Amino acid sequence: MEIGLHHFLVVGLVVFLCGVFTVLTRRNAIGILMGVELILNSANINYIAFSRYGGGGYDGQVFSVFVIMLAAAEAAIGLAIVLGIYRQFETIDVEATDTLRG
Amino acid sequence: MSDPIEVGYLRWIILAPLIGAAINGLLGARIQKAAGKTPIAVIACLPVLVSFVLSVVAFGQLLGLAPEQRFLLDSLSRWIHIGNLNVDFAFWVDPLSAVMILVVTGIGGLIHLYSVGYMHEEPSFWRFFAYLNLFMAAMLTLVLGDSLLTLFVGWEGVGLCSYALIGFWYKDIANATAGSKAFIVNRIGDFGFVVGMFALFWGLAEIGHGTLVVREIQQHAHLLQDKTFWGFALPTFVTLMLFVGATGKSAQIPLYVWLPDAMAGPTPVSALIHAATMVTAGVYMIGRLSFLFAMAPVTLGVIATIGILTAFFAATVGVAQNDIKKVLAYSTVSQLGFMFVAMGVGAYAAGIFHLFTHAFFKACLFLGSGSVIHALHHEQDMRHMGGLKKYMPITFWTFLISTLAIAGMPPFAGFFSKDEILWKAWSSPYGAGWIWALGSLTAGITAFYMFRQVFMVFFGEYRGGHGGHGHDDAHGGHGKGHGAHHPHESPAIMTGPLVVLALGAVLVGFLNVPGALGGNHAFETWLAPVLEPGHAAPAQDAHGAHGAVAKLEHAAEETLHHVAHDPFEYILMGVSVLIALGGILLAWLVYLRKSIDPARFSEAWAGVPYRTVLEKYYVDEIYQAVFVNGTLALSRFLAAFDRIVVDGLVNGVAMVTRWISAAEGAFDRYVVDGFVNLVGSTTMWIGARARQVQTGHIYSYLYAIVIGVVVIMFARLL
Repeated sequence: MEIGLHHFLVVGLVVFLCGVFTVLTRRNAIGILMGVELILNSANINYIAFSRYGGGGYDGQVFSVFVIMLAAAEAAIGLAIVLGIYRQFETIDVEATDTLRG
Repeated sequence: MSDPIEVGYLRWIILAPLIGAAINGLLGARIQKAAGKTPIAVIACLPVLVSFVLSVVAFGQLLGLAPEQRFLLDSLSRWIHIGNLNVDFAFWVDPLSAVMILVVTGIGGLIHLYSVGYMHEEPSFWRFFAYLNLFMAAMLTLVLGDSLLTLFVGWEGVGLCSYALIGFWYKDIANATAGSKAFIVNRIGDFGFVVGMFALFWGLAEIGHGTLVVREIQQHAHLLQDKTFWGFALPTFVTLMLFVGATGKSAQIPLYVWLPDAMAGPTPVSALIHAATMVTAGVYMIGRLSFLFAMAPVTLGVIATIGILTAFFAATVGVAQNDIKKVLAYSTVSQLGFMFVAMGVGAYAAGIFHLFTHAFFKACLFLGSGSVIHALHHEQDMRHMGGLKKYMPITFWTFLISTLAIAGMPPFAGFFSKDEILWKAWSSPYGAGWIWALGSLTAGITAFYMFRQVFMVFFGEYRGGHGGHGHDDAHGGHGKGHGAHHPHESPAIMTGPLVVLALGAVLVGFLNVPGALGGNHAFETWLAPVLEPGHAAPAQDAHGAHGAVAKLEHAAEETLHHVAHDPFEYILMGVSVLIALGGILLAWLVYLRKSIDPARFSEAWAGVPYRTVLEKYYVDEIYQAVFVNGTLALSRFLAAFDRIVVDGLVNGVAMVTRWISAAEGAFDRYVVDGFVNLVGSTTMWIGARARQVQTGHIYSYLYAIVIGVVVIMFARLL
């Protein structure tokens, strides 16, 4: 079977959906960050796939490097926020951070 | 008039009494308390003596000059220099003012001495002399001022001092009221004077010579001959207004009403102010401005008419009065009327001469009455007097001499002066026969009531002894014995001036013996350089002063001509003596011999004529009803108008404003605020709903993000 573009897109979709699911259902703050990583990486898969199969040159691959870098920075900041939450609430259970209630 | 001679001492004639007044006024109370009354008297009398000496010096200096050069000037300082009005403080002496200052300082000095005795028991001794000196200063300013403005300063000053002195015993409200009456009536006259002064200045300014300095006015006055002011001839208007001022100051109809009330003041005040000096200011003013009055024959006619009517009218009132000072007050009004008659018929010198002689005998009469009042402990009703000639001989003889003078008996002073006026009333081109007739009748009435006074006070039996009436509450009831038991002559300091004045009443007449009796008209000749331009008919004489010398020569010739010309003068002279004798005879019959009962006259025709005359023809009552009550009614009406209409309008506006603002407030409260509150509550309602998005749970936020992404993704397909 020839592995075509759509195979990669489907994989990307599956990863995306896993990531969304993780974000939505985790109680652990770090777990939510893992989910965000999954979503970012799914986007990367899309970029690479289109770069290989879509005939757009190497733009997609270059852009994925940016995305990886961005994900790293964002993870750093996210972990800093989680650290702050831990200091304030002494837990990283996001159910505890509901004090900004309206 | 040629150029004046500059001297430096005229100012002291005024400054000396002014300094005396200042010292006595400011420090008098303390001096009197510390050292008694003698220093006060010295501080008061010395300046007047100084002024008198300086007046004599000035007079002497004038005598040494040629007639057309008799003119001394003392310039003091700049005063007003605004636009074309230039007036400085300067004082001048010419023959007319020399006569006046001699009268004022001489008789004033005698009255100061008299007052030292008369006011001896008065606690406010110092205040009296302060005012008296201030009066002297003001009167001398009036006479010596070289411009109409300076004259007016003095004019007002004497009015003020008159008010202060009439109301001297102010604790009795009647006296204070009399003082106010004098001042207010005077003020009405002053309004006329001021208007006249303004009109004169305006007229002169229009022809390019705007000035108020008298000698400059005299130079240019003839140019005003044809000027008109709102349709009136300017000279007539100006002189009529100035005459209104004179009627106020010199107590003529219609503004004489203050003078009888002014008798509420101490008697020396009556003698000085209301006999010899202040009331003569009006006559002096007309004499000073005679050149102006000569250009307005209408005014001269008015002056003569009012003068003779006042003279006659006041004499009739004097007949019925029982208060010794009221008789003299009405006699003063009457004699002033004679002076104005003289001015009105163009006999200015005769008027001034009568002023001169009148000052002597009237002051003597007033001081004599003061002596009587003092001896009887302030009894003033003649019905309680009598037989005083044996108790008070000096007072009696001086009083008798002065009464003979005022009655016009030769050879006393009043004969020469009054007779001159009556003759001029007959013979002058401005005179008229009826004026002479009425004047002679008035002279007869004068003789009658003055001798009535003499007989009632000094002859017969003494009718006193009920104790003092009048102002005398300080004496309580003790007196000497009971009431005024045994009157005695006044002290020398009071009788001395009486003697001097009586001598004057005898002798000064000879200063102006008319040509018809072989005399030299000395007084009239002396005044000729000042008054002669006024004697000339108008519409000629463009050189003014140069003509004066020629006129002097004319006058001398005229005098001689009279002797040959007019035997009628002798006839009239004889007639007036006969009339005077008739008056005296009637008085003798009624009051001394008692062969005619006065009740026959007072009860004739149901007593109406008698009571009318006694009540002064009800003039005061008429004035009260018409002017005073009229003004009060008008002011009450205007006050009501102000309160009801004007204030009503203002309050109405305020009420409408309040109603509008209440409505606006309601609008603001319910509508505007309601709207704002509505916005607020809507926002809060929305906020309450929107707030619920903020659940605080991370999950819901994440779900929202996801759903949003999905919506965006599929929105393209829609």
